[in-house]
Amino acid sequence: MTSAPPRDVDAVLLEQEEDRGGPVRTLLGSQIAGPLAALVLAIVIFALTTSTFLNADNLSLIATQSVVVGTLALGQTLIILTAGIDLSNGAIMVLAAVVIGKLATDGNPLLALAAGTAVCLVLGGLNGVLISRFSLPPFIVTLGMLSVLSAVARLYTDSQSYPIDSDLLTVLNRGPTIGGVTITYGVFLWIVLTAVLGYALTQTAWGTHVYAVGDNRAAAALTGIKVKRVLLSVYLTAAVVYAFAAWQALGRTPTADPSGYSTANLDSITAVVIGGTSLFGGRGGVVGTFIGALIVTVLANGLTQAGIDSLYQQVATGVLVVVAVAVDHFVRTRQTR
Amino acid sequence: MNASRTVRHLAASGLAVGLLLGAAACGDSDDAETSVAGADDVTIGIVELNLSNPFFGTLQKATEAAATAKGWKVMKAEAKVPGDSATQVTAIENMIARNVRAIVLDPANPTALVDVVKKARDKGILVMTVNATLTPIDAADATFATDNTAAGKLIGQWAKASAPANPRIAMLDFDLSDGPAGGRHNGFLEGFGIADGAPQIAGSALTKGTIETGQSAMENLLSAHPDINLVYTINEPVAAGAYTALKNKGLERKAVTVSVDGACSGVQDVKDGIIGATAMQFPSKMGELAVAAADAYIKNGTKPTAGLTDSGTVLITDKPVAGLESQTSEWGLQNCWGEK
Amino acid sequence: MTEPVLQARGLTKRYGHVVAMDDCHFDLHPGEILAVIGDNGAGKSTLIKALTGAVIPDSGSISVNGVQVQFRSPLDARRAGIETVYQELGVAPALDITQNLYLGREQRRKGLLGTVFRKLDKPGMRHGSARQMADLGIRVQSIRQKVETLSGGQRQAVAVARVAAWATSVVIMDEPTAALGVRETNQVLGLIERVRENGLPVVLISHNMPNVFQVADRIHIHRLGRRIALVEPGRTTMEEVVAVMTGAKTPESLQLDGGPA
Repeated sequence: MTSAPPRDVDAVLLEQEEDRGGPVRTLLGSQIAGPLAALVLAIVIFALTTSTFLNADNLSLIATQSVVVGTLALGQTLIILTAGIDLSNGAIMVLAAVVIGKLATDGNPLLALAAGTAVCLVLGGLNGVLISRFSLPPFIVTLGMLSVLSAVARLYTDSQSYPIDSDLLTVLNRGPTIGGVTITYGVFLWIVLTAVLGYALTQTAWGTHVYAVGDNRAAAALTGIKVKRVLLSVYLTAAVVYAFAAWQALGRTPTADPSGYSTANLDSITAVVIGGTSLFGGRGGVVGTFIGALIVTVLANGLTQAGIDSLYQQVATGVLVVVAVAVDHFVRTRQTR
Repeated sequence: MNASRTVRHLAASGLAVGLLLGAAACGDSDDAETSVAGADDVTIGIVELNLSNPFFGTLQKATEAAATAKGWKVMKAEAKVPGDSATQVTAIENMIARNVRAIVLDPANPTALVDVVKKARDKGILVMTVNATLTPIDAADATFATDNTAAGKLIGQWAKASAPANPRIAMLDFDLSDGPAGGRHNGFLEGFGIADGAPQIAGSALTKGTIETGQSAMENLLSAHPDINLVYTINEPVAAGAYTALKNKGLERKAVTVSVDGACSGVQDVKDGIIGATAMQFPSKMGELAVAAADAYIKNGTKPTAGLTDSGTVLITDKPVAGLESQTSEWGLQNCWGEK
Repeated sequence: MTEPVLQARGLTKRYGHVVAMDDCHFDLHPGEILAVIGDNGAGKSTLIKALTGAVIPDSGSISVNGVQVQFRSPLDARRAGIETVYQELGVAPALDITQNLYLGREQRRKGLLGTVFRKLDKPGMRHGSARQMADLGIRVQSIRQKVETLSGGQRQAVAVARVAAWATSVVIMDEPTAALGVRETNQVLGLIERVRENGLPVVLISHNMPNVFQVADRIHIHRLGRRIALVEPGRTTMEEVVAVMTGAKTPESLQLDGGPA
């Protein structure tokens, strides 16, 4: 087989590497540049207008307040990357939380956690099977699941909430004190989950397949990728993440409340979109979502501290979502020739 | 081939017709009963707000229990979310079509339901609201509710008497266009003797009436105003969330929380020192009063007293103040609503 | 006479009353570009599907390099070294060139990083991609470019490069230039010739007679579910070939080399 001598290839690759520029340029050109800029901008604005905003305690508080929706949004990211969507993730989390709460009332908390995880796997798996094997639209499937689960949670608990007093279940609310500021284990867990999922998405074949399935499902199938298997694996992985989210919720508020977190599903989608992941699939990632979740909490915290009506917080978040989607659309159409 | 297809079509049509006739027959039998005029054929309608909140669940259950105790049938419906009046309007129209004798309604919106309520009343159906009022209030035949302003005033007065010398107040509200939420907010301010925007109010935030939104709101207010020592909360779940926030900052002894509701879990919180004082509501009583009024109307057409009939508010606290009537948490636990 | 790389004898396929393949034969010799032409409805796509495992023939045999095979699925055909490029849909635009070239066949790092942590060997794959692109003479700005930043012709080139990288016996191209402009079409045709030069035979399905006459070594004319003629472009004209394809002329009227089977 005739081919260009390997030396030329090496030279060409080296030249291309140099053209890429250093780490700063890579960051600026990367996908998280936009959300990161928005986060920094929001922090700067609040720091300038509210004297009690920029301090270690408050920043730690913001991180703590982000963990539940932030963890939920990590699972949502995986699903949206495949051009799907999950409207039921908040309801799955709440049902898992109340199952854990009810079982832990006079049972082993570790077993209760395991039961909650099983609940998530079964429900997330059901979503996954309906979507992957029966090719039903994710919007419809998860919408139906949302309806069913909201009622199930209330029926299961008779609309009561369960106080939690187990150490294991509330451990995520505690954490080491570093330099006078407490950083909860929940925040660490959120960071670790983001890192693990980020690694899986960018450094493994599975991750490449997730992006490919979301970007061009037909092409992915033609290369031999088992699309149905990838989809199911995404919904199951998200389900495990939702179980962590339930644990986070119990850590934040030591009560399993069936009527809580009723908008967590939309909040998780908001975090994902503001973080730069495209609703059409194939683009984005979990680091962006991490930043997106922080942005939403920064807005809530900053506006409340500044005494501004929290309805404006809703307006601001909504505007950001539209801007994020518009930017995504603009970037896509500019790049495509 | 063709013959079997025809047979299948006939069978399907036959089945459909049969089902329709059967359904009509079932419906007809109800009407047949009504025309026989007797006490066993009364149906009333109960239209509630979203039942995920145990308060509305208790209210509905008590109303239903009182009705079925009289041998009546009950048609039920609920709004999907706070403010969802559209579902309630549809439900009432269905109830009118089913010839209910009375409707017990907790309106999601004070004005959106006035028209459909008039339609019902024009047909001789007695319509009473519970827990909240229509605007104007006499759009309904009667209203059985907590006087939310009075409830707010009670806890406001208690707070004024129990508050530290330099009160720094946090207001954790719910959407203030909601009747009970607005009433309690204004009542509290009146009872405390201040107005909106007074310097004693350190900050305020809107919650969704749930534990975790109460917690986040309190955390954010505490970040801005660490000297908050008095917390007004719209209901007891918010109070519980606020307490977690205070506890996380070690301020649970320094700040006092007041609330409204009187759920058993809330009264327990009073006993445990989590809530300083709460104004108890009596949702079961609202339902029972409404059913009693319906009974009188059905028996001999007597209409209940128009306007607001107060179903009662009692201040529950273990730290009573002079000149203000209250009950202890022990009493509260005997008379509370919801699960313990 | 060298052995055919891909051969089929007596393939038949019926769908109810419709006969899609009617005792159909097929031969592909090593190192050649074989164009397969036929009118719409002639049945050539069913033939191609049978050869790539997407359709299982009712009867007949297929052999690869002399060995008889039974394709139960496209995976079986791929395992036999047969790879296909389609008109469109071949690439994932949001992914970069390297990711596309290795899609479905990603390489992992050696040792613990690869087995336990499943870490991809990105530098290795980039190197392999660069080499593959250089082999085929495809020029791009960066191997890390997202495919969506490439022109239509370049994207198709990436699809061809992927197939050429992994095919071990046959490359099948189904109307690869149908969506491209003139200049880009020529680029892809040049690519196809490079693939042949690099040792892989190519089956080129095309409606474009000038393209066919430009690159094909032989032309398989398909009509009514079977091969009715096998000709060399140098020995005939486009008009004659089209006439046979549409039935206006009989195959006998052509100067044939290798006749109908």
